[in-house]
Amino acid sequence: MSVLQFTDKGIYCAAGDFYIDPWRPVQRAVITHAHSDHARWGHQHYLCQQDSVPLLKLRLGDISVQGVSFGETIAYNGVRVSLHPAGHIIGSAQVRVQQGNEVWVVSGDYKIENDGLSGQFEPLPCQVFITESTFGLPIYNWQPQGMIFSQIRDWINENREAGKSSVLLAYSLGKAQRLMYNLADSVDRFMVHGAIDVVHQVLLANGHSLPPAQRITPDTPKADLKGSVIIAPPSAAGSVWMRKFNPYALGICSGWMQVRGHMRRRNADAGFALSDHADWTGLLQAVKATGAEKVFTTHGFSSAFARYLQENGIEAAEVKTEFGTEDEEEGGEEGSST
Amino acid sequence: MKAFTHLVQVISNSTKTNEKLDALRRYFATADDRDKPWVLALFSGRRPKRTVNSTQLKNWCIQAAGLPEWLFEECYHTVGDLAETIALLLPETGQLLSTHPLHYWLEQLIAIEKAPEPEKQQFILQAWQELETNERFVFNKLITGGFRIGVSQQMMVNALAQTYDIPPATLSHMISGNWDPRQTSLDALLHENHAGADASKPYPFYLAYALESEPGTLGAPEEWIAEWKWDGIRGQLIKRNDQLFVWSRGEELITEKFPEYAPLLNILPEGTVIDGEILTYSNNFPLPFQFLQTRIGRKNVTKKQLQEAPVVFLSYDLLEWEGKDIRETPLLERRQLLTQLVEKINHPALRLSPVITFDSWERLTELRQQARDQGSEGLMLKRSNSSYQVGRKRGDWWKWKIDPFTIDAVMIYAQKGHGRRADLYTDYTFAVKDGGQLVPFTKAYSGLTDKEIGEVDYWVKRNSLEKFGPVRTVKPELVFEIAFEGIAASNRHKSGVALRFPRIHRWRKDKSPQEINTLEDLQQLLQQYK
Repeated sequence: MSVLQFTDKGIYCAAGDFYIDPWRPVQRAVITHAHSDHARWGHQHYLCQQDSVPLLKLRLGDISVQGVSFGETIAYNGVRVSLHPAGHIIGSAQVRVQQGNEVWVVSGDYKIENDGLSGQFEPLPCQVFITESTFGLPIYNWQPQGMIFSQIRDWINENREAGKSSVLLAYSLGKAQRLMYNLADSVDRFMVHGAIDVVHQVLLANGHSLPPAQRITPDTPKADLKGSVIIAPPSAAGSVWMRKFNPYALGICSGWMQVRGHMRRRNADAGFALSDHADWTGLLQAVKATGAEKVFTTHGFSSAFARYLQENGIEAAEVKTEFGTEDEEEGGEEGSST
Repeated sequence: MKAFTHLVQVISNSTKTNEKLDALRRYFATADDRDKPWVLALFSGRRPKRTVNSTQLKNWCIQAAGLPEWLFEECYHTVGDLAETIALLLPETGQLLSTHPLHYWLEQLIAIEKAPEPEKQQFILQAWQELETNERFVFNKLITGGFRIGVSQQMMVNALAQTYDIPPATLSHMISGNWDPRQTSLDALLHENHAGADASKPYPFYLAYALESEPGTLGAPEEWIAEWKWDGIRGQLIKRNDQLFVWSRGEELITEKFPEYAPLLNILPEGTVIDGEILTYSNNFPLPFQFLQTRIGRKNVTKKQLQEAPVVFLSYDLLEWEGKDIRETPLLERRQLLTQLVEKINHPALRLSPVITFDSWERLTELRQQARDQGSEGLMLKRSNSSYQVGRKRGDWWKWKIDPFTIDAVMIYAQKGHGRRADLYTDYTFAVKDGGQLVPFTKAYSGLTDKEIGEVDYWVKRNSLEKFGPVRTVKPELVFEIAFEGIAASNRHKSGVALRFPRIHRWRKDKSPQEINTLEDLQQLLQQYK
């Protein structure tokens, strides 16, 4: 029996009797990160990286959860499990599973570039690598984040000069913090949507250092909003809530913004291809660094990526999972963690 | 190239006409003088001939990027635009970037027309290396054409009109005709062509809103004139300064496209402007719009086209008479002058769109039912004492179209759209029943809301049966009501019919695929209205 199997409840380790990011309720779940398509309701017991613990509790309430540090090994029936940085969001981890001499790694979601908050992705040698492939097409190659942030700064300045606020749409867990952290030098105070503030408070309370953010409420004076930088989740686009920011320019931060059509459809004034997922080059680099003999691709452009690996001498197959609310099948609309 | 790339980016990111106009104005105020006529040419349908084709571009990109062809195709279907796909797939070279202006690249592209293929390839690869991603996209667009960024010729004209303080209609004339961007400057165009510009100037068209209530609400029937509404091109026929001009409603000068009207130059009195419909017409009956389509979009008309799709000018209003603007004269009087004029001239290319007599709204409602038998798409109602106004106005003119044909059909194929709809399944093929089989009979691209498109897209991705390149066959489950304006026999389609202006009227979530219309229903419509 192989170390991990793909079942209708999720990725399962029979020898250790645990699941990784399962999508149906199970006894024991090892969780890669706190996004809702990976950390779901209803499991008896959760295990995750320690920085994920408060985020999991925030989203799932009072659960039984054990936090571990990166590199710490837990044994389940002799199967050795450890978590390693994935660089996707705060607390995100790859799961390394070792049974005897055989090592399997489940990547969860990851990016190669260090965003300053989420840790540096760590390549883990293994025999089998189960990888995400959200952006598994060669049209998706990101610019270094330094360049993107300088474009965002220029855009904010242009808006200020035109007397407009800058509204940046970014997923509330991950992208929002990444924006604030990296733009802190040019923005005195971020104005944020309630959903982002909630995450912000939890992270602050747990010792993360983030720039000052002010929650927008019905009582927020207009003067505080004028010319400000506002961070809001994608779902806020086109809502009544946005009206009081007028005049404003709308910028979307998502890997999908790489393609003009996506941006035009969203009626944004600017799109920044800033993603928390690995780009094409990053995916290939990660796969090679593992030295894996066999690769499974889980979500996104999984069939194209698997076929490409296969043609390049790496045994690869696509697996159907329930990860990725922003995978190819969703066309990136209102994506969560992109 | 930087300034033009910036212009393209600003315009394509904007959804507001004013922002686009501003961007164009700023561009024209500051751009390289030798680039300006090129930009005008690109956005007014004067793009230079292609010297490199799409397949060559694709193959060279595949080589340069070192990718398998299937992966290129996969990317193309996700991006929905060849020029953009290539720009994204090419590796960043990190080489010294070029500072060549737009006209340099365009002139180079023209210059390689006769060059052997390897030389062309070398030039294109060199260009790709020298340009950064956004510039590459624009450069590729110069070759593949059709920027699709929401700049119409009219917007271009308006921007220039504001920049140079010239009325738009005059400017339209100045930039019309044949000129070569390599040989002329914008200033020359706008100065040298001044003579004659005023003579050609059309009046702004008076346009009608659709009548949404019963005609009884309009008041007494005696105060109204009814005419058939024609499905051609609205136009103005102008004779001034011993010259003949034909304008379309898009303020495009199209005199050359319709040589049928040329003889009118000698018989129309000086100082005449007629409003009417450019219509293909044979044996005293309008031909379906498909015939007129063969005459649009070509510079040179062939003899065959002239025989198969002859046009007439069906006139319904007189705006200028003996050099005098008579738009304030009541319609009934303008009509009388027009009738006298057309009868006196008596030329087959100039006809009168008849006035329909009726004594009650009930009678007119009955007559409207015969519109299709007249080859028309409904009625026009015009107040008999109305002046000829400017633009689309409520009150005195109404169009009262007949209801479109509708057919319930099931979706069988879906394909991803382009541009704003890239990576979304928005282009659908529909089928009717024929015994136990489904026969595709039309495609439709529009009619759903963005929300519905999202829903259909979600459904398509979960209910695909097979993939053929970009096309997915889907379970025949979703039923839509397809509306269309006309139907003609066609041997190019499996169903044997071609529809005019098909669109999705509504999503019939209440109907099952068993309840859709049949091929026989379509054939009956064809028999009735061919």
